[in-house]
Amino acid sequence: MEFNSVLINLLLEGLRDTLIMVFISTFFGYVLGLPVGVLLAVTDKTGLRPHPVVYKITDFVVNILRSVPFLILLILLIPFTRFVVGQSYDTIGTIVPLTIAAAPFIARIVESSLKEVDPGVIEAARSMGASNWTIIVKVLLGEARSGLLVGITISLGTILGYSAMAGAVGGGGLGDIAIRYGYYRYETKIMLITVAVLIVLMQILQGTGNILSKKIDKRK
Amino acid sequence: MSEAILEIEHLIKKYDELTVINDLSLSVKKGEVIVIVGSSGCGKSTLLRCLNGLEDIQGGSIKLNGEPVLKASKNISEIRRKIGMVFQSYELFPHMNVLDNILLAPVKVLNRKKEEVKDEAMTLLKRVGLDNKALAYPRQLSGGQKQRIAIVRALIMHPEVLLFDEVTAALDPEMVREVLEVILDLADEGKTMLIVTHEMQFAKAVADRIILLEEGKIWEEGTPEEFFNNPKTERSKEFLRSFTYKRKETVNEYADL
Repeated sequence: MEFNSVLINLLLEGLRDTLIMVFISTFFGYVLGLPVGVLLAVTDKTGLRPHPVVYKITDFVVNILRSVPFLILLILLIPFTRFVVGQSYDTIGTIVPLTIAAAPFIARIVESSLKEVDPGVIEAARSMGASNWTIIVKVLLGEARSGLLVGITISLGTILGYSAMAGAVGGGGLGDIAIRYGYYRYETKIMLITVAVLIVLMQILQGTGNILSKKIDKRK
Repeated sequence: MSEAILEIEHLIKKYDELTVINDLSLSVKKGEVIVIVGSSGCGKSTLLRCLNGLEDIQGGSIKLNGEPVLKASKNISEIRRKIGMVFQSYELFPHMNVLDNILLAPVKVLNRKKEEVKDEAMTLLKRVGLDNKALAYPRQLSGGQKQRIAIVRALIMHPEVLLFDEVTAALDPEMVREVLEVILDLADEGKTMLIVTHEMQFAKAVADRIILLEEGKIWEEGTPEEFFNNPKTERSKEFLRSFTYKRKETVNEYADL
């Protein structure tokens, strides 16, 4: 295949699909993972409201989900994916397993960001009579915001990697192109271009994340 | 003086096997300023933390206007609103500017209107000489400024009792005065305060009553005059001596040789 408009269109479509998958999955990953991360940070023994049983159970479930290799998860989830979005392939079908894989990872990242918040300021808020809810929303999430933003960047990067893997089992996007054209048809050029696009994408995500996180960090 | 506002009876606080507060009873009257002194590790800070329900207690009781102050009780947040606390390391929220630091509790905890509290916050800031710092972030302030903001943050809740936990211990000497003057001013205004400090001159000036805490007990208590001029116990004499310095007399051991 020559480097022409067909190829460019193919890549642009792949890029669009990849961006859709990555951003939507990360969004839903946070919808599920953020509350779980908060729950882990709050119920841990040094947390706002320690609760060993809740912590252990949540911790265990998160670990289990994180231990399943993504490709296996992708296949295991096929019936569930079909049930949720009606199909288990292509861009839409990939969003479901990506979200499920991302959520426990995101929960861990959120948990560790929240644990970085100085216990002294949490205690100060408590001494003013703030409820746990107010402390979680205003102090924990507010004070951890630059860490949380770095976490979003890391999550986007990780999910970008996963999304390329999904190409192997009929997911859409750049990974799919790299595998179908580059790997199965030995069109090395296309594979390299696709990988290059993925690299640039990762750089942009990470760079933007770093800049934003510095900007909202009021501590230094 | 008038009736007791804070009533501590037979308070016991243990960390595992270590008894930090040992059967301590104290009654604080409205408008009274009590300064708590003692060597490090005597339980001063722990006592203040118990008074704000930040520590669970193993015995006795603490009552604010007759209501129990208990970490585990359901309405502890409501009690804490009435007890202001200022910490040694300020504990301002680093991601909020000065005004937001001050407004958080009255707006989110007391549900007061932001605009109305803002006016009050500005008045208080003016009083401590920091009205020009309302939009600054904590990192842009000196230690003394941060501590004055922390005091304003406690004051805006209109607490019935104010607790100061070694609030100048982390400050450079030239910043100590600006903070202590604010506290002196509050004493003149008739605020009820419990102050843990190592600044003896300040203690002398601000206190109605001085308490020497040793081994988790009130070892000695009295007016500043009594305590500083006529300490009753050997322990308090020793404690006061630790603030004066004298060079050892040089003895030439070999003089006779």
